[in-house]
Amino acid sequence: MGLLDHIPHQGAEPSHRPWPRIVVADEGWRAAIDQLVEGRATLLGFWGESAAVHMALLEAASAELAVVTYECASGSFPSVAIHHPPALRLERTIHDLFGLVPTGAGDTRPWLDHSAWGKSWPLGHRNGARDAAPYDFLPAEGEGLHQVAVGPVHAGIIEPGHFRFTANGEHVARLEQWLGYTHKGIESLMQGASLEAAAKLACRTSGDSAVAYGFAFALAVEAALGIEAPRRAILLRALMAEVERLANHFGDIGAICNDASFALMHAQTGVLRERCLRAADAAFGHRLMMDVIVPGGMARDMSSYGIPAMRALLAEIRKVFPRLIELYDNTASLQDRTVTTGIVKPEYVRQFGAGGYVGRASGRDFDARRAISYAPYGALSFEVPVLEAGDVNARVWIRIREVEQSVALIEQILDSLDDPGGLQTALPPRIGRGACEGMALIEAFRGDVLVWLRLDHELRVERCHLRDASWFQWPLLETAIEGNIIADFPLCNKSFNCSYSGADL
Amino acid sequence: MRKTLLESLTHGSLTEPAPAPDDAALAELAKTVDRAAQAKLGRSLAIRQVDAGSCNGCELEIHALSNAFYDIERFGLRFVASPRHADVLLVTGPVTKNMRQALERTFNATPDPKWVVAVGGCAVDGGIFKGSYACVGGVSDVVPVDLHIKGCPPSPTDLLKGLLALLEQVGGKG
Repeated sequence: MGLLDHIPHQGAEPSHRPWPRIVVADEGWRAAIDQLVEGRATLLGFWGESAAVHMALLEAASAELAVVTYECASGSFPSVAIHHPPALRLERTIHDLFGLVPTGAGDTRPWLDHSAWGKSWPLGHRNGARDAAPYDFLPAEGEGLHQVAVGPVHAGIIEPGHFRFTANGEHVARLEQWLGYTHKGIESLMQGASLEAAAKLACRTSGDSAVAYGFAFALAVEAALGIEAPRRAILLRALMAEVERLANHFGDIGAICNDASFALMHAQTGVLRERCLRAADAAFGHRLMMDVIVPGGMARDMSSYGIPAMRALLAEIRKVFPRLIELYDNTASLQDRTVTTGIVKPEYVRQFGAGGYVGRASGRDFDARRAISYAPYGALSFEVPVLEAGDVNARVWIRIREVEQSVALIEQILDSLDDPGGLQTALPPRIGRGACEGMALIEAFRGDVLVWLRLDHELRVERCHLRDASWFQWPLLETAIEGNIIADFPLCNKSFNCSYSGADL
Repeated sequence: MRKTLLESLTHGSLTEPAPAPDDAALAELAKTVDRAAQAKLGRSLAIRQVDAGSCNGCELEIHALSNAFYDIERFGLRFVASPRHADVLLVTGPVTKNMRQALERTFNATPDPKWVVAVGGCAVDGGIFKGSYACVGGVSDVVPVDLHIKGCPPSPTDLLKGLLALLEQVGGKG
């Protein structure tokens, strides 16, 4: 692989699948950072263990992946964020959870640790405790500036987080986010958990992406064990993933319009969203389809109501949705709010590797379903919509086009579901050769979800890291709002719809 | 737009009949609802939702209560933007330690009489997140809870049953 040729390394971890994991020293770590800085590679993930840190890289040109590991013999590692800003929040998180010190770092403020856990470095081996200090927001100086503090409890029915606006009159000069309020310690609960318990936790990383997380966790386990789910299970997983995408996109399109006070669209897409959830309930026995995907396959088959429910759902969408697209397109007062609002620059989405509609609305042509082509997407035909404008309007249009693609995908899957077939590939009771490691990258509705894990010889989770797409989207929301008015923040925020729980873990 | 609006007028309503109030919820509430409050509030409650660290699954289903199928406002229940306008706090999540203080402050900012409804399996005792260094473990460990609506997440119908039980008690029928 081209990427690894540029990174001097000591060898590869043989049990890591399906992509290589290499162990590097200072020189290799620095070379990997250079790949990121020079734009040849995109940072896909950055996570810690008690005595090591790992970076997952995606080579931009070849769409190949690799994991680079630096062993922190003295409890520290050379800072990545000081050279490559997209790594910053992940690096602060590594310090919060494991106590590993990024040497040479510029910003050493805590991220998830709000001094409320009763201990420091909960997943690390480091002794002692960190000094509890009030959180310092970055300064903004100038005449006539004032601050507006919002959250963690927000006005709507949404997740908690803090937004600190510095404004000049109505115009936002700087937004700084402070998240971590929903940190539940999921990765700590996973350590030592059985696959069954860990899969349930994965589904609850971000409830709106329960299928995507269940899917990614199962694929990572299957990669580690070198097994594959049966064909029917693979098709049903994709069916659920597309229904989840539809439900969320309908919810988002309506909610964005609602934040521009266009309630009619919200009411109409709310009905479509509810129909998706009811079809999911009829087919899989749970409205959000939690705990249906398990490592090795599916916990249960689609019910006999599934196919008619899905066909009826598609017919309803085909009937109603074109009219709603027309409604969006022809309502000038609505477009007045969404066009040119909250622009994300193309160079930022490339640098941050922002996935989903945030990246694709600003020209980043990446979709894990096509780039990795995990089963069954390699055998299905679909298009990945990409726009250049980068505003709220473009993020709405990407969702609209993706709804159309998901409808087409569900139809193809339903047509391929001919053979009843098995649903579960048996997992080995234990593995003889010691630990094994797996990784998966799945396209959730808001972008790519990465799961990396190591299983011990009894198939318990030794370490699992789940990286939501939001990690690389939240910071871009800070850039998108600059120069816009505070009153447009809800609109911009909803057009991103980043996960709090998924990024707080 | 006209076509869409006209069709909404001419088509039958999507809104479904109200479910019966949940018996278990009625029993839990019978102990807690104050008679004086019943007379003051009647059948109208303002709800403030507080996410105390949920996975956002509960929020999705609470949102669904406002869609055309469930239409929660027909019962006199409505969501408000501030705890200062609220009669009911609808709390989700295992109460992460990072949200504990915010939940306490929200409770203190809500005027009396008030009720707290804990929603979802993790709001009962931490659920799947029980035992984590980062979670308190249940809403009742932080603020007094009048009613639990279980489920992971509870369906909109389950949520409606619980809230209707609350309304019946507060409305003086219980």
